Amino acid sequence: MSNLLQRVSDWVTSTQVYKAIFRHGYEDTPRNRSLTTFSNVLYHLHPVKTRKESIRFRYTWCMGGATLLLFVVLTVTGLLLMFYYVPDTRRAYQDIKDIMNVVSFGSTFRNVHRLAAHGMVLTVWLHMTRVFLTGAYKPPREFNWVVGVILLTLTLVLSWTGYLLPWDQLAFWAVTVGTKMAGDTPLFGVEGPFGRQLGMRQDNDIKFMLLGGTEVGQNTLIRFYVLHCVVLPLVAVVFLVIHYWRVRKDGFSGPL
Amino acid sequence: MADKSFEIFPKNSNKTYGLMELVKGTAPATEKEPEDTIFSWPHLFYVELIAVLVVTAALLFLSLYVGAPLEEEVGRDTTPNPMKAPWYFLGLQELLVFFDPWIAGVTLPALIIIGLMLIPFLDTNPKGSGSYTFSERKLAVSVYAFGLGLWTALIVIGVWFRGLDWSWYWPWNDLHVHKPPIVGLKDLSVIFATKLGISEFLGNTLSYLLVLVYFAVGLIIPVFIFKRFYNRLGIIRYVTTMVLFLIMAGIPVKIALRLIFSIKYVMVTPWFKI
Repeated sequence: MSNLLQRVSDWVTSTQVYKAIFRHGYEDTPRNRSLTTFSNVLYHLHPVKTRKESIRFRYTWCMGGATLLLFVVLTVTGLLLMFYYVPDTRRAYQDIKDIMNVVSFGSTFRNVHRLAAHGMVLTVWLHMTRVFLTGAYKPPREFNWVVGVILLTLTLVLSWTGYLLPWDQLAFWAVTVGTKMAGDTPLFGVEGPFGRQLGMRQDNDIKFMLLGGTEVGQNTLIRFYVLHCVVLPLVAVVFLVIHYWRVRKDGFSGPL
Repeated sequence: MADKSFEIFPKNSNKTYGLMELVKGTAPATEKEPEDTIFSWPHLFYVELIAVLVVTAALLFLSLYVGAPLEEEVGRDTTPNPMKAPWYFLGLQELLVFFDPWIAGVTLPALIIIGLMLIPFLDTNPKGSGSYTFSERKLAVSVYAFGLGLWTALIVIGVWFRGLDWSWYWPWNDLHVHKPPIVGLKDLSVIFATKLGISEFLGNTLSYLLVLVYFAVGLIIPVFIFKRFYNRLGIIRYVTTMVLFLIMAGIPVKIALRLIFSIKYVMVTPWFKI
């Protein structure tokens, strides 16, 4: 019996399909041991060896990692919410009610999504403060700090665009106030300094572009929905990749 | 490393290669002491796994007790009072009390983002990289703490001390009773004109001058007091740093002017007011 199992496993590990997936042999040899390590995707994302100091909890407080985790949690819960939510002003609010009261675990996912969003703003803040206090933005890491500030901005804009989607009073008026300020942008807003002088009108300024109209309505909802669910997360991923790549390339900032 | 090596083969001058030394060790490492690094697996991955578990568990437990709010459906005929943005934007909303929307809602956030991005290029102090230190970079840490403190204070006020009509409410005040609106706010130019008995035009000019003096003094005086600081930064870095700092410091100054002297605007132009 064990002989048969051995023969089956020998056959499986010798097929082209197995070798295509696992780029190393099956036998326990030093070469295969190295290959299992170096052909593992985890060691593409992490260095095989890490500086001892960088693992100390009291140096990083895990805040950057916690931010990434919350981003992943937000992506997963957000995708689940997207199955039930339709960005139509006539039914968006009812969809949220369904998510909270009818959909299995719907309220849990919505609560986690909201908490993770608030948490992410907080962890980004704390991460930035940690990086500042340890002087980790000093040469050669200046550019990664700039990328970090872009990610902070993206986090805030992501939070704000998500705020409108439940289509309740809270959402509507918060976004009304927020976009009203866009109309006050210097040069590009109709109410802003030098806006009118530069030919800005109610129907061509930055507020109009943001709202897709002169007031918060269906066009605004679909704009915020697409920005929140597709555009901004994609942009954030691009900058995240650069951020992590630079952490690896610029090296760990801690004591030598 | 060197003391552990020993000569096995004498060097042969006829060969272009040779065995240099034998070193005891378990890991391949070049130009590095082996003690410096540890394997990511398991040391780093365990830390990450624990962090992931802790954060996920905290999220799930919190989500049982802190529900996401859902108010009534959108209706244009009812406006909530007070209308509060999420907490991380309440600093900006609080600034709306003291500044016009084009400053509080657009220009200041933009300046905060640009200023943050510029930090590594303005801070020329090479010390204090890679450890928590205050003594090696007193100025940088103080300025950051000032900015963060100001921001946090504005958020705390917005979250816990603002009620109906965005009036100030102490925790023991009744949140359902309106407070009398603040009246009697005057522009600085009008105060100058009435107090000094000069024309409105002169009062206006005087207020422009005062803003100019604030920035001029703030830019010029430190050049003479902190000569070394100025020399190290150079003119471009120095001016950028100081202008950003003076704008940041100007926020509590303007807030104080409003609260103590009931001044609405310190500077009025036909196009914008500050």
